[in-house]
Amino acid sequence: MNNFDWVQPKTIAEAATAVKNGGVAMSGGIELLCLLKEHLIEPPSVVNLKSIPGMRSIDVAGSGLRIGALATTTDLAENSVVRNDFPGISQAAASIASPQIRNVGTVGGNLCQRPRCWYYRDPEVKCLKKGGQACYAVAGNNEYHAIMGGGPCHIVHPSDLGSAFLAYGATVVTNEREIPIQNFFVLPKDDIDHENSLRPAELVTGVTVPNDWKGARASFFKSKERESFDWALATALVLLKMNGSTVSDARVVLGGVAPIPWRSTEAENALKGKSIEDSVALAAGRAAVSRATPMSENRYKVPLTTNVVRIAVLQAAGLKAE
Amino acid sequence: MQDVRWNDPRTSRYLGKSVPRLDGPGKVTGAAKYTYDMVLPGMLHAKVLRCPHANARVASIDASAAQRMPGVHAVITDIAGAGRFAGQEIAAVAADTEEIARDAIRAIKVQWEVEPHVVSTRRGMRDERRVGRPREATRGQDPESLWSSAAAVIEEEYYCPVREHLSLETHGLVVQWQEPDRATVWLSTQAVHGSRGELAGALGIPQQNVEVICEVMGGGFGSKFGPGVEGRIAARLSKMTGRPVKLMLERYDEQVASGNAPDALMRVKAAMSADGRLIALDSKIWGTPGNGNNSGIPMPYIYNVPNFKTWQAGVSTNTGGARAWRAPDRPPASFLMESVVDELANKLGLDPMRVRQLNQNNQVRNRQLELGAQLIGWENRNKAPGSGTGRYRRGMGCALSEWGGGMGQPCNCDVKIGTDGSVYVGIGTQDLGTGTRTYVGTIVAEDFGLPLSRVKADIGRSSLPVAGGSGGSVTAASVAPAVKDASMKARARFLEVAAGLMNTSVADLEMRDAKVLSKSNPANSMTFDQVCAKLPPGGIQVSGTTLASLQQGGVAGAQFVEVEVDTWTGRIQPIKVVAVQDCGYVLNKLTAESQLIGGVIQGLCMALLEDRKMDEPTGRMLNPNMETYKVLGSLEVPEIVPVLYETHDKVAGIGEPAVIPTAAACVNAVYNATGVRLRTLPMTPKRWFEATETNQ
Repeated sequence: MNNFDWVQPKTIAEAATAVKNGGVAMSGGIELLCLLKEHLIEPPSVVNLKSIPGMRSIDVAGSGLRIGALATTTDLAENSVVRNDFPGISQAAASIASPQIRNVGTVGGNLCQRPRCWYYRDPEVKCLKKGGQACYAVAGNNEYHAIMGGGPCHIVHPSDLGSAFLAYGATVVTNEREIPIQNFFVLPKDDIDHENSLRPAELVTGVTVPNDWKGARASFFKSKERESFDWALATALVLLKMNGSTVSDARVVLGGVAPIPWRSTEAENALKGKSIEDSVALAAGRAAVSRATPMSENRYKVPLTTNVVRIAVLQAAGLKAE
Repeated sequence: MQDVRWNDPRTSRYLGKSVPRLDGPGKVTGAAKYTYDMVLPGMLHAKVLRCPHANARVASIDASAAQRMPGVHAVITDIAGAGRFAGQEIAAVAADTEEIARDAIRAIKVQWEVEPHVVSTRRGMRDERRVGRPREATRGQDPESLWSSAAAVIEEEYYCPVREHLSLETHGLVVQWQEPDRATVWLSTQAVHGSRGELAGALGIPQQNVEVICEVMGGGFGSKFGPGVEGRIAARLSKMTGRPVKLMLERYDEQVASGNAPDALMRVKAAMSADGRLIALDSKIWGTPGNGNNSGIPMPYIYNVPNFKTWQAGVSTNTGGARAWRAPDRPPASFLMESVVDELANKLGLDPMRVRQLNQNNQVRNRQLELGAQLIGWENRNKAPGSGTGRYRRGMGCALSEWGGGMGQPCNCDVKIGTDGSVYVGIGTQDLGTGTRTYVGTIVAEDFGLPLSRVKADIGRSSLPVAGGSGGSVTAASVAPAVKDASMKARARFLEVAAGLMNTSVADLEMRDAKVLSKSNPANSMTFDQVCAKLPPGGIQVSGTTLASLQQGGVAGAQFVEVEVDTWTGRIQPIKVVAVQDCGYVLNKLTAESQLIGGVIQGLCMALLEDRKMDEPTGRMLNPNMETYKVLGSLEVPEIVPVLYETHDKVAGIGEPAVIPTAAACVNAVYNATGVRLRTLPMTPKRWFEATETNQ
């Protein structure tokens, strides 16, 4: 990593000015350290957001949750209100990385992390995201890449909280505006350089979660190659509103399969009005991947994602997924 | 002196019992000083510039900017004129700090002439210039003539990928050059004596003038026999600057350039008779040792096949070179043969365990199969493989192993007893992590009836009496008999003195609880220290050598694995592993079991996760880190039951064999659970879904 100046702003405005001057914002620093070490970014200064007071709280307001950008993923996973009323969020938070990383990594950092694509992370490879001419995953090894929404770059978005916030209809709050979460994440075809719609000196200050899905049945299921610290092959976050034994409304958001957290209205429609049983859950899973366009090495993600959705649906309904 | 035998474990205090490692507390508290921990006054830090291309010549190299950087003390640019794999060492610098050294490396400008590359075995094997001279063997009739008469025939392709050693302590060293012609080197190594030559060569001084020190190390697994390119670089930089130089590989360096196990693409046709006897086998195996050399997969490994034709060849690719990897070539041999036997047995509806007994002669192994079957509950396996419904399916599999584990280079050992009661044992071996230091101490403590705390066990330095490298599971079988020889010689001298002092015969004496006692007259005793005080000035100093009569090689093993397959997500969770290992005389039960457990865990990693992924378009390794080159975490390690199967009263080596059959047993267990045969390792969810598309 290059040498850099260490900036300790006292206010968001100071931080934004420092970022405008070429600095890069740091919250937990987990992801930032990776980027700096691999010279994927070489900023003249690092702006420590943790020197700004008051950005770590998780508050319950009449209209929903207000989560500070500097709340750690552990804060989120262990918060009792989140656990009781928005369990999909706490389940997603608890699934992230390892306990050590959850204790340091923040909500804002999780949303703003860069892709784990091994071509992007290789400092010697100049891929599309780094101003190059090709997405190397197309001709190379794409086993961990997107089966939906890809092209011209085929990353998957690594944020589990992104899936959860999208499912609950959250809003990302910045120093400049409020961004509905469905407008926060952007596809490579719309912006090859960024995974979100933040402007150059725009900083995430928090996330608000409305009460629309408060108390809904929820399940987040994550498939990984190993249980210990690992990235997702595919995830599904399922929210169900029940009217008796039938689903009155549903949210299904997939992770690990597209360059953004991927809401599947096809899967939602397959659930609405149904009473949940395995065949319905499986049908929802199949619907979720009905428009998948797998690459040479990631066809396995299609049946896997089908079952990931199936499991999350069954679990959300309180049924045994087996 | 009478015949030396190993102490009877029924009456011993240490040998054959579970004794915690002498260096355990230091390791867990951080007090132990690894090579990585070495800090010397004035020490410089070295970093290596590596070729970013899989195949490229250095057209020009300009290090002037690096030379000018404040804090940079030396730059070397003549390590190699070309990079034949992405990661090959090209240039190096020594600087005041690691950070400056990294910056200086980035400031070296190289113009590359990039040439075409091949990084995969499958592509390389199509180019005859890359395929080495085949090794072929035949026995009996041509298999071609026998397929039609067999009750069952399979013809399949299996693949075991390149695996890494993944030592937690990367390769590296600290070199302290001392004018005019000496050097002390702290090296993470499996061979303190064997590493001197290469270092001396790089320094241009006699071997005797190099002292290599390795008190503790963080893993080698076969990849740390010599100082390697980085060792020669650090030696040169230290001599150039006259200052100590530290060069520890970074994780990327470690994974691209410090060795690996070749892959094995195996095409096999095999036949079995209706009663479960192997009739014929025809195999072709390709594997890449990168830019190094293949050794060769033993075929048909442990099985009696009356008629076979085997062929194998190495495929040269633009990838990092292979090195010995725990039981070289046996894990893929086991994966192949155990899969073949299992497939044929299942095709015929026979018990795969019984079929194994029919097809190999080793009676130890056949008894081990019976014992292992009992411990895993073999009768509870899925009797009809793949039967059962639901998301989670359980099944059991087994596999066998054979390993040498005998004596390596004979060793010398010193034992000294001081008139002050001090007891010292010194031998120039090293502790690869197996517990060597501890048994060096317990052998002497046992013979003298002393608590282990009273024996100073000194290893890990090349100035100590010569001992061989720790590879091929030979360390215990070579070191322990030398320690025993020295210990018994010192004991004989000591008892002669004691007998004189106590007016009795040597035969009447025994030693325990730090006392010398007359067996015939319990009242006649002296403390160990009282006798020591009467020793001649200078005490006792003896040397021992490896006694071949105390060691034996050739160890058999059998393992059983129970797995649970999540058929919805393709994740395979081992539930229980029973590892029955022929192990000879057990020096330390605790560390012997630890070797079995460690081998099994590494075998499970091979079964489920490990896979060096090379990218053909870029020629680069895609997973040169521990994020995407995966091994098991604590959450995936199942119950492991190590069984020390003592077949003789001589020491044998068991550092390697437990890794051999685990992956094969897992593959067979997955088949037993699900009826799905996975023929490509590792068995990730990707492989599961690919196999179920074609194979259910």
